[in-house]
Amino acid sequence: MEVKSALLGSSIVKKYWMALTGLFLCTFLVVHLGGNLILLKGEDARLSFNAYAKFMTTFPLIKAVSYLLYFSILFHAFDGIVLTLQNRAARPVKYYFNKPEANSTWASRNMAFLGTVILIFIVGHMSNFWYKMHFGDIPMDANGNKDLYEVVVTFFKDPSLGIVYVAFYVLCMVALGFHLVHGFASSFQTLGLYHKKYNALIKNLGLVFSVLVPLLFAIIPIFIYIQ
Amino acid sequence: MNLTLKIWRQAGPDDKGRMVTYQVKNVNPDMSFLEMLDVLNEDLIAKGEDPVAFDHDCREGICGMCSLYINGEAHGPGRGITTCQLHMRSFKDGDTIIIEPWRAKAFPVIKDLVTDRSAFDRIIQAGGYISVNTSGNTIDANAIPIPKENADKAFDAATCIGCGACVATCKNSSAMLFVSAKVSQLALLPQGRVEAKERVLKMVHQMDLEGFGNCTNTGACEVECPKGISLENIARMNREYLAAVIS
Repeated sequence: MEVKSALLGSSIVKKYWMALTGLFLCTFLVVHLGGNLILLKGEDARLSFNAYAKFMTTFPLIKAVSYLLYFSILFHAFDGIVLTLQNRAARPVKYYFNKPEANSTWASRNMAFLGTVILIFIVGHMSNFWYKMHFGDIPMDANGNKDLYEVVVTFFKDPSLGIVYVAFYVLCMVALGFHLVHGFASSFQTLGLYHKKYNALIKNLGLVFSVLVPLLFAIIPIFIYIQ
Repeated sequence: MNLTLKIWRQAGPDDKGRMVTYQVKNVNPDMSFLEMLDVLNEDLIAKGEDPVAFDHDCREGICGMCSLYINGEAHGPGRGITTCQLHMRSFKDGDTIIIEPWRAKAFPVIKDLVTDRSAFDRIIQAGGYISVNTSGNTIDANAIPIPKENADKAFDAATCIGCGACVATCKNSSAMLFVSAKVSQLALLPQGRVEAKERVLKMVHQMDLEGFGNCTNTGACEVECPKGISLENIARMNREYLAAVIS
């Protein structure tokens, strides 16, 4: 009986899923970033970026993984909401005076807030680019591929709102960085991967990852805007 | 030393409760925090007022009875100590000190600063023991060889006094550090391995039933724990639990 209820609702199993989907989303970030970096080639990137976008939306194996990705994003968010609601319910009366900064980092205490910012970003991001790529009526490039490059550049170079989009994008990447700086190392701890030999390595790897990945993502819209 | 105290007063479990301000005079800096509260209570009793209820027992940092959220931290400022080991020299003359009970749904307030921590007892009852014959035929523990490293880690986990500072300080009121220490102290030893799988499932199940929150790995518990119980125990419990769930 305990095993069954554990699989469905146990606090620790919910955390395993948070860790596993979180780490999977980290691998997605790397792949996505790899593709986006093509954009830094400027106008030369048009044909190669569009070919890359076509490959990512049509190649069967990638398509299959993309469904796993959509599910992971939704599940990570859903699981996070359930955990957060339970955590809030666990302390119905708050402290009159609390000093949480004495014993924990800001990021570790604000994962739900940071996650919400990222989720809002994903919704906007997907409606601006993913939806247009899949279902939108967009022009073709010289090779007959959908010209996603044009969509991206037009979006961030918008004369009036472009700067707002770039600023919002950069801000969301900062949130992503803080989310990752706790989430990356935390997922290893949740999965029980704690060893004094490797703890520092995991923590430092997480720090590098959470600075480098959002930074490189953020550079791209800035580059497009000032280009 | 003269101090201003802001203390949570609550007549009983159903009372709404409120912060009340008291002045306490001529506090000796070498007094423990609990002795300072004794001074306040003697004063209150002399004035015919209701003394402040707070938990205490051994007053030497080993029983786990004293609690108190002092100036926003479990067991007050300072590391690796319980409230009875906190001395008034940690404060300055004229300071205002805010004193609250542990805050968690699973630790309801009984009166003032006293909370009901029997949720921990029920978690232990769910599996925090080994089933051995104690009727005179007990086997000498030293007869079983145990690696030094395991013995040390088991002992470190066993130093948990169950005070509840981990729950009090955790933003989620999670009991993971306590439960993981109690799981670890037995899981690390051959005597405890026999029932390890059943134990971790039952204890975590009880922990969830009691209404504690989930672990976010903020690490606040480890920092505030008077006995320095390590997060390594939580990782170990997570491994034990995973193995138990999937096998």
